[in-house]
Amino acid sequence: MITNKDKVQAVEQFAQQVVEVEGRSLWQDARRRFFSNHAAVVSLIVLALITSIALLGPFLSQWHYEDIDWEALSDISVLGRPNIENGHYFGTDTLGRDIFVRTMQGGQISLLVGVLGSFVAIVIGTLYGATSGYLGGRVDSVMMRFLEILNSFPFMFFVIILMTLFGRQIFLIFVAIGAISWLDMARIVRGQTLSLKNKEYIEAAYACGVSTPKIILRHIVPNVLGIVVVYATLLVPNMILLESFISFLGLGVQEPMTSWGALISEGAQNMEIAIWQLAWPLGFLVVTLFCFNFLGDGLRDALDPKDR
Amino acid sequence: MFTFVLKRVLEAIPTLLILITVSFFLMHSAPGSPFSSERTLPPEVLANINAKYHLDEPVINQYFYYLGGLLQGDLGPSFRYKDFTINELIAQSFPVSAEIGIWSFIVALLIGVGCGVIAALRQNSWIDYSVMGFANLGIVLPNFVLAPLCILFFSIYNHWLPPGGWNGGAWPYLVMPVIAMSTSYIAQIARITRGSMIETMHSNFIRTAKAKGLPKHRIILQHALRPAMLPVISYLGPAFVGIVTGSVIVDVYFGTGGIGQHFINGALNRDYSMVMGVTILVGTLTILFNAIVDVLYAVIDPKIRY
Repeated sequence: MITNKDKVQAVEQFAQQVVEVEGRSLWQDARRRFFSNHAAVVSLIVLALITSIALLGPFLSQWHYEDIDWEALSDISVLGRPNIENGHYFGTDTLGRDIFVRTMQGGQISLLVGVLGSFVAIVIGTLYGATSGYLGGRVDSVMMRFLEILNSFPFMFFVIILMTLFGRQIFLIFVAIGAISWLDMARIVRGQTLSLKNKEYIEAAYACGVSTPKIILRHIVPNVLGIVVVYATLLVPNMILLESFISFLGLGVQEPMTSWGALISEGAQNMEIAIWQLAWPLGFLVVTLFCFNFLGDGLRDALDPKDR
Repeated sequence: MFTFVLKRVLEAIPTLLILITVSFFLMHSAPGSPFSSERTLPPEVLANINAKYHLDEPVINQYFYYLGGLLQGDLGPSFRYKDFTINELIAQSFPVSAEIGIWSFIVALLIGVGCGVIAALRQNSWIDYSVMGFANLGIVLPNFVLAPLCILFFSIYNHWLPPGGWNGGAWPYLVMPVIAMSTSYIAQIARITRGSMIETMHSNFIRTAKAKGLPKHRIILQHALRPAMLPVISYLGPAFVGIVTGSVIVDVYFGTGGIGQHFINGALNRDYSMVMGVTILVGTLTILFNAIVDVLYAVIDPKIRY
């Protein structure tokens, strides 16, 4: 009897312990894993710093991104050097414009374009993939066939045609580029959806008479968000690179506005006279891209259930 | 296998047709014409030129003229380079792009796979970290930055290599384009190889091979490498096309005269037939290489049957 009573007590104690241990949701779990990844956390902090300095930087300088410093213009290779005293923290370009302010302003454009383009790609890709995967059958095969055809189009062709169609309105262009770079996203989401659609809760929703669009939006999409977030982080640096490439070809933002790509392209032309004109925007671009890549890897480790 | 290849080829035809149609109408809907330049031509001359190229007819008629020519393998005359046909221009520039592309591809594949395998075998050691650090750097350093840096280092500071030109593809002219082109692909391939190699090395058949007492190099070369290559191969199709079309930057910087330059100029000057020609070429290559990748997949992975 005594032993039995002991057992009952032990079980009660254990039960109390079990009650005290809180259940962890997927997102809590992911957060814990993410914060134990130092590279990813540091990247997040650096990205936050870069974003805030890009937004606040123009207010910290006495120069405006259009202003020309006529004094420095007389001898760029000496007077245009980075200098704290005359307010050109990063130096000036060969036209006498302040690199610090221009780098910050270019950063705003580059980051905005990266985020905007990815956002468009994600919205289209997720909805397309989830619809195709959930509906299945003939609809699915037609939708995937369409995707394959789009995939065999030379990508650069579209970008350049869009540039000529839209002129140089950079944001419209990036909405358009986002609208054609959703292909991978759609394929990934479709794969996830295929494994989700036979789950009990989807069946339950169907049995309750929830309409198909609502099942896709309320039940499928939230459950593929994890993988979407990961690929979004990896998409942003690609968008920034693409914007740089277009600016490099001289098709990007309109002067006197600028972007990191345009600054690098100008800097590369003048690298023998004024290496700082290349070095600063290039440094910012490379650090940003690095951080996005590490952030993406960290998020993938945290959220991708396959790699556990 | 033969029927599978045949099926892939037949499937490519409607895809190509859609590609041609869409790009044709997109290109023609862009404002401006190949002959709208700063120095305006007399209206009679313009009318004559437009009539010669059928530009005065409705777009739909132009489309059928173009398709008719295409069926006979004629990509049409260039609007920009008078006296040249697109066939001639492509025949001139494509070998250049292809040579740079093939060398970059070989370099990227050898170094990328090598780095990836070494990093995977020494996982979480300093070798792993330095290889992957380099790989990340290769991804974030775009080739339009690498190209000027190469010129600065190899030609201006050290006078080792000529800063540009082609010279029939002599090797000193090839080195910098190949470096600029292959770096990001080396990085991507190394990352993919490392990931799949680590996964393969943890699988059961590798444990069996180890238990049998096979020497390490045989385990890696004969057992691990083949399955680990599968994800790399699926990356190679798009990568190859990317390398051929990515020659834009290389052409601009090193003046190699590849196909990328024509493409950009064609789009900017509304040289309709040039853009169409390059698009068709690249589209065909893409479809071709995706098909080759599928066949390679079947050869390497015994689980896939057609």
